[in-house]
Amino acid sequence: MAESMHDTMVEREIDRRKMQVSEEVAIQITDMNKWFGMFHVLRDIDLTVQKGERIVICGPSGSGKSTLIRCINRLEEHQTGQIVVEGTELTSDLKNIDKIRSEVGMCFQHFNLFPHLTILENCTLAPIWVRKIPKREAEETAMHFLEKVKIPEQAEKYPGQLSGGQQQRVAIARSLCMRPRIMLFDEPTSALDPEMIKEVLDTMIELAEEGMTMLCVTHEMGFARQVANRVIFMDDGQIVEQNEPEEFFNNPKSERTKLFLSQILGH
Amino acid sequence: MSDASFVRTEMLSEQDPPPTSVGVIGWLRANLFSNWWNAILTVLCLAVIWYVLSGLLGWTLRSVWNAGSLNECREIMIATWGSTHGHACWGVIGDRWLQLLFGFYPPELYYRPILALLLLFVALAPVLFADKVSPRLLYVTAAYPFLMPWLMWGGSIWMPIGVAAGFVLAYLVGRKLDGSVPGLVLGILSAIIWWMLWLGFPIQAEVFNTGLGEILGAGLGKSLATISPDIAPFWLETVISRNFGGFMLSVLIGVVAIGCSLPLGILLALGRQSNMLIVKAICVGFIEFIRGVPLITLLFVASTLLNIFLPPGTNFDIILRVMIMVTLFAAAYMAEVIRGGLAGLPTGQYEGADSLGLNYWQAQRLIIMPQALKISIPGIVSTFIGIFKDTTLVSIIALLDPLGLSNSIRADTDWNGIYWELFAFIALMFFIACFGMSRYSMYLERKLKTEND
Repeated sequence: MAESMHDTMVEREIDRRKMQVSEEVAIQITDMNKWFGMFHVLRDIDLTVQKGERIVICGPSGSGKSTLIRCINRLEEHQTGQIVVEGTELTSDLKNIDKIRSEVGMCFQHFNLFPHLTILENCTLAPIWVRKIPKREAEETAMHFLEKVKIPEQAEKYPGQLSGGQQQRVAIARSLCMRPRIMLFDEPTSALDPEMIKEVLDTMIELAEEGMTMLCVTHEMGFARQVANRVIFMDDGQIVEQNEPEEFFNNPKSERTKLFLSQILGH
Repeated sequence: MSDASFVRTEMLSEQDPPPTSVGVIGWLRANLFSNWWNAILTVLCLAVIWYVLSGLLGWTLRSVWNAGSLNECREIMIATWGSTHGHACWGVIGDRWLQLLFGFYPPELYYRPILALLLLFVALAPVLFADKVSPRLLYVTAAYPFLMPWLMWGGSIWMPIGVAAGFVLAYLVGRKLDGSVPGLVLGILSAIIWWMLWLGFPIQAEVFNTGLGEILGAGLGKSLATISPDIAPFWLETVISRNFGGFMLSVLIGVVAIGCSLPLGILLALGRQSNMLIVKAICVGFIEFIRGVPLITLLFVASTLLNIFLPPGTNFDIILRVMIMVTLFAAAYMAEVIRGGLAGLPTGQYEGADSLGLNYWQAQRLIIMPQALKISIPGIVSTFIGIFKDTTLVSIIALLDPLGLSNSIRADTDWNGIYWELFAFIALMFFIACFGMSRYSMYLERKLKTEND
């Protein structure tokens, strides 16, 4: 099974010494339930994420994995249970929500860059307006992160002038400019051409090496194997199985997991 | 050796295209005479254009410019061309153009509306050409809504200062409470209380329309307005609303309606999208009601019915009432145009803004509106143009806009029976203003487009 790994698997030595998981809790989800109208999308979710953890969430479409991470920054509202992010509980209090959102970065499948602003403006907007950082300082930070994702030369262009992979890297840089403590990735490579997936994954791996707490919904199993310290498999709105990647891929316990893995890795 | 193989031994040099496909001849062939059928159509169209223009230009150009009355005009026409048919009498414009522009505004005070118009351009420049004009001019833009009524109606400077202070107060209170909803409400409330104190409430019966200080009523502002010629500086002679007229009136109502309907329309469009049920219901109800009623009805309500609902003896300035009605009317249409723009934005833009921690108003101002308004530019400008032309409807409630004035000019025995020349002049003036708006919108679309893709 390992031989038939996705062909975009990233081959590089990564520095695991820095990727230590701390004992501190970053996200605590207890007994969380969510419905879309009458449809029960998330059922009794219990999840504790330690600081520095890199969690990959996979599962068939409609299993609720995107909804789960969208609940963490309140893009979706949960109905029962508790979500505590960095010590702040998510309630309907708008102040808390904005605070958590400024601590939690998010990358979307379709990037969601702002097309009417340049790359640099995309990156400086939130630091200037939310963090109240002076413009010059925000621009320096933005250039720092654009260099990190290796596209500083595109700073004055508009998102529409960039390729998909470049846009997704800008989206990552834009989130990083807020100096988030947690990064959420919602299928960041699903909308990309195959040759662009690698550049985005490379950026994400670098981020993992720096000890960022990451939750990533993705089907890039190569990435999961290499970077994640935990893989979560969801189906029908529930966490069906979670384990360390080696064990998860080589020795899945649940029948559903086995079926899923055989389908995505078997071709 | 097979027939399929071929090797070029000598490269061909570049040659000129045939002369019939380039230059003037090429252009004519491509655009006007590409085949027999098109050639016939071209000739026919040219003939029709020639026929229309020869009549129109003959009427316009072979005309009388210096005449004091229609009879004099006719005498000159008969003396010159032998008949009165097919000649315009522009004498009426020469005789009455000041009236068509200013109505019955006192001639010695014409400098004030002219100054207000010039200041309008200065105030608009930083908004319309933000990339070419110093942003410091925005101070003029901010002061203009208060300066303009003072220039037009006169009275004491304390009146506009008092009104402006209300806005400043609302802003300060709102900011103190950090832009939250209660802060917003408290800010608006404090401004209203301030204005009531300043203007006096309820509105006094003995107050007449004498200057801006008395348009709304009497109070602190009123008492200052009445005593200020002696003690307060910056007193302007008052001009009553009845004397307003002509293009000045159209532009005045048009500018106020255009300037106020855009922000109001944005708020209504946002309210219509709101999750708050009551806010949404109010906005939908307002928009649907206003759009379902002809503007003329609203103007009649403004001119007659409103008096029934206001306290007896109230004198609420007629131009102000009309401005409010036209603004509300325009805002309802504007809201729907902007809603169209909002609908064109992918939800990802909202999520992108939310995920970065921007609050609702920041997201609207920085992310959503710049894109939604850009999509809606053609619709917004169409609404502006429509509103500007609709200002001629105020002639129905006896305000002397250019059309109303054309009636009163005809009522004079000198110019009894003159129609076309007046309407042509009025049409030309409106065309200049509307065409200008239309060209600006195309410029803006082009500018925003090149920046983006």
